[in-house]
Amino acid sequence: MACVNPDGSISESGRALIKAAESHVTPEEIGKKIGQPLFKIRSSLRELHDAGLIAEKDGKYSATDAGKKML
Amino acid sequence: MEQVEEVQQNQTVRLPRLGEPAPQFEAVTTFGKIKLEDFKGSWLILFSHPADFTPVCTTEFIGFAQIHSKLKEMNCELMGLSIDSVYSHIAWARNVEEKLGQKLTFPIIADLNKEVASLYGMVMPGESKTETSRCVFVIDDKQIIRAMIYYPLSTGRNMDEMLRLIQALQTTDKHGVATPANWRPGDKVIVPPPNTQEMAEERVKEKAFECKDWYFCKKTL
Repeated sequence: MACVNPDGSISESGRALIKAAESHVTPEEIGKKIGQPLFKIRSSLRELHDAGLIAEKDGKYSATDAGKKML
Repeated sequence: MEQVEEVQQNQTVRLPRLGEPAPQFEAVTTFGKIKLEDFKGSWLILFSHPADFTPVCTTEFIGFAQIHSKLKEMNCELMGLSIDSVYSHIAWARNVEEKLGQKLTFPIIADLNKEVASLYGMVMPGESKTETSRCVFVIDDKQIIRAMIYYPLSTGRNMDEMLRLIQALQTTDKHGVATPANWRPGDKVIVPPPNTQEMAEERVKEKAFECKDWYFCKKTL
C-alpha cells in the first residue's frame, strides 16, 4: 500500500491523497476526506513529499505541480 | 608480530517497561514505510508472531482482523511483526484472503534485520533464536507503553482479552478508576483506595460506593 511504486508510478491510494491535498490541508483533514486512518495518511504524505509530489508548509500539505501531473 | 586484541562488547539492550515511552522506529511494512510516531493520537496494539504461513499465526491474524473494526471504534490500530520479508507477508496475506476468506486490514512489519524485535525484546532465545514469540505491546495515544503480554510459540492469543484490555485501560484513563479481575464493560469498577487515615474514615461513610472495607470499594460508572 505504499503510494509510489519503484518505477515512479503512483498507486490508487496515492492519487486519492494527492487529489485530497490540492489546497493546503492537514493530515487529519485528508484522512476525513478519503477515509484512511491517520497513520496511513502520515506515512503516505512522507513518501509523496520525499518523491516531490506533495509540499508541506506549517503542517499543511498541498500537491506540487509534479504531483498534479500524476492525476 | 602484530597482536590484534579482540574486545568483546557486551551490549545491554534495555527492554521497554510499562509507563515509559515506546521505543521509536521506522519499519518496512505491507503498507509501506511506517514510523511508530505515525500512530500518535491513536492507541496501537503492536504484536509479533513467529512466522508467516504457519497455522497458529494464521488463526491469530484472522482473529486480529476480525476484531479490527471494534478496535477502530475504540481509536485503536493494529500492527503485526515477524522476521520475514515483506514479500512473504504480502503472499501470506493474499493466501489468507484467498483460502480462508479473511482480508488482513492492518500493516505487518517485515523485520528481517530484527531491529524492531530487538528493540522490544520480542525474540526469546530459550524458545527460538530465529523467530519472534507472540508478544503484545499496547501503546496509548501518547505513545506510552500501557501493557505487555507474552505468549509462547505454541499458544494462540485470546482476542476477547485484547478487546477487554483496551476497554479496561481506556476506562481507567477516562474515569480514574481501576478494574477488577475478569472485569467487562458495564461491570462495577474499583475506586482507588484512600491514602490517608482521614480519607479512609471518610471512605467507609461514603454512600455512593459499595464498600467491603475502607480499601475495597466498587462503584458503577
